[in-house]
Amino acid sequence: MSRAIPAPKRAKDAAPETGAPLLEVEDLRMHFPIHGGMLRRKVGAVRAVDGVSFQVGAGESFGLVGESGCGKSTTGRLVARLMEPTDGAIRYAGRDITHASRRELAPLRSEIQVVFQDPYSSLNPRHTVGTIITAPMKINGIDPPGGHRKRVQELLERVGLNPEHYNRFPHEFSGGQRQRIGIARALAVEPRLVIADEPVSALDVSIQAQVVNLLKDLQRDLGIAFVFIAHDLAVVRHFCERVAVMYLGKVVEVADRQTLYTNPHHPYTHALLSAVPGEREADGARKPRIRLTGDLPSPADPPSGCRFRTRCPKAQGVCADQEPPLVRLGATPGHEVACHFPAPLEETAAAALAPADRAEADEPAVPVERLEQTA
Amino acid sequence: MTATAPKPGGKPTSADAVPLLSVDDLRIRFRTEDGVVKAVDGLSFTVDRGRTLGIVGESGSGKSVTNLALLGLHNPARTTIEGRARFDGVDLLGASQKVLRDLRGRRMSMVFQDPLTALSPYYSIGEQIAETYRRHTGADRKKARLRAVDMLDRVGIPHAVRRVDDYPHQFSGGMRQRAMIAMALVCDPDLLIADEPTTALDVTVQAQILDLLAELQRELGTAIILVTHDLGVIEDTADEVLVMYAGRCVERGTTDEVLTTPQHPYTWGLLSSMPRLTSDVDEPLRPVPGSPPSLLNPPSGCPFHPRCVHAIDTCRSERPALARPEGLPGAGSGVSACHLDADARLRARGLPVVQHSQGAAS
Repeated sequence: MSRAIPAPKRAKDAAPETGAPLLEVEDLRMHFPIHGGMLRRKVGAVRAVDGVSFQVGAGESFGLVGESGCGKSTTGRLVARLMEPTDGAIRYAGRDITHASRRELAPLRSEIQVVFQDPYSSLNPRHTVGTIITAPMKINGIDPPGGHRKRVQELLERVGLNPEHYNRFPHEFSGGQRQRIGIARALAVEPRLVIADEPVSALDVSIQAQVVNLLKDLQRDLGIAFVFIAHDLAVVRHFCERVAVMYLGKVVEVADRQTLYTNPHHPYTHALLSAVPGEREADGARKPRIRLTGDLPSPADPPSGCRFRTRCPKAQGVCADQEPPLVRLGATPGHEVACHFPAPLEETAAAALAPADRAEADEPAVPVERLEQTA
Repeated sequence: MTATAPKPGGKPTSADAVPLLSVDDLRIRFRTEDGVVKAVDGLSFTVDRGRTLGIVGESGSGKSVTNLALLGLHNPARTTIEGRARFDGVDLLGASQKVLRDLRGRRMSMVFQDPLTALSPYYSIGEQIAETYRRHTGADRKKARLRAVDMLDRVGIPHAVRRVDDYPHQFSGGMRQRAMIAMALVCDPDLLIADEPTTALDVTVQAQILDLLAELQRELGTAIILVTHDLGVIEDTADEVLVMYAGRCVERGTTDEVLTTPQHPYTWGLLSSMPRLTSDVDEPLRPVPGSPPSLLNPPSGCPFHPRCVHAIDTCRSERPALARPEGLPGAGSGVSACHLDADARLRARGLPVVQHSQGAAS
């Protein structure tokens, strides 16, 4: 079989302005089988990602937020095709890459790059920085004008490292510097899409800000699209133009940054935002906190209907019976919510105050309280 | 104290009463293959009963090392500890292992960052909690088990009677941290040291745990030392704040003071590095340039000077003492270790300089 996918033209001239988004994810599912019993038969599945759809435009920064186990990292890995999804579709620049083979993916590898969370384990300790950053160029058969070394030094400079450190090993760098090396490696092949999976969460606050600023500059200057996966809501807000909130393998709300942070309509988004520490109202009072009790249900056995209903202050009977689809809400273009009763924050807060007749819950009485406000 | 009690201006409590814990000029050094690491270099602070002291700083600033020293958990063969630390009349640094063993778990206890490694996988949660209780009170098994159930219930574990026989791996991350807190508080200690207790947890779980600590503190009157790198957590929980850099205290004061009228350039840097849910997204973050120094060979003078854009010549040669320069706006008890005078600091932050040091601006 010859190449099913024509080799892509180099990044910037590949005409993204045709209206089609750079990345389209449709009803994506990843179910990890659970084996058990004497014969190690499949007895169930962890539904890590269970019907996720979103689109990322060329040059856009798209955020995926959620708590551990919500499937955000798995989604990132699927999109980069480090794993093959169970079901659904991933289209990159109009081509379906959902089940593309290694060979079919090869020409795309230079266009989609990944920056990992842990700058310690994602760099080979036995290779010099030069070797590490050159590797993706060699693999993808890219011969930059002026040679590899010159290109690496340009990249090092671009990410704020000393180009003379070409021959040093990863252990000679601090955590923040290593993350810069990881970023330089991703940039080496001039990608159009970078999947950044918690790129700053392992770093100290002051270093984190340096790396966020760097990524933002790169995104603006080079027009790279980002899928930015993180659990820190403030960092995501700072970096991403559009944000999707995930819960237990599903997107529960997606909107542009302004809408998501100022006028969210899903109760989980409300809870998540209100849990961010140190946020105050304009008059200095503590923001009301919608406290979620109980734990995340197991993704191997998710609740029926709406997956958030077991912890939701507003859950009704219908939430257990019917799964709410992710649908457009109101007049704001691109604002989609998966909730039977989408409403502004005030309503969730009010419901959280009066946890009276809740439909039915797995854990008895999972009250959601509101924290007293500071005077 | 979390998020609830308004922080009372910071004045009264400390003056007359003897603080529960007072640490004076603490110095901790480790001998390593590469040389001597000065992990903590002249640290002083006090903690009052029923109050929360927040310690902030980045990795390697000496936060955890300090707390381990207070509990006597460093390997004496490799560690040199100097200075004084008095806990309710007991000299912690000179105390025998026996005295420390009696104190630990009973009068002062610790909650670690990662509850999975801090709990033993071979014993049930209940056994681990009961063991602490039996060791210190001499209670019998039955009583200790009841106490364990009671504590688990108190920290909000549903069905405590049933869950008490579960093993740590059967608990979720948030529940394990609750169990750790139950274990730490089982003997009603006077001081709880919580070292990054919520760093490994998700935000909604973090909020639960911080609320729980505050509730328990209100009920039991426990003093808390809360170590964190997150200024947001500090803002919600602490009464006083100690900002550490390279093993030293660079700024100390009430939470309000430190967060609203920070005095030290490093504190400014920390605050401006942190994105907020309300900050302007088009404005780049203003991080502290460079990276933290090696403690094998710390910088001369002020340890922060290589990263400080406001550094003057004195900063390179002389170590600044903790003091409060005249003419700085703000309530007044906070101190910082910086050579810049008040006017220079106000100018550096782009604030109006008060002439004739009236100290009336704010």
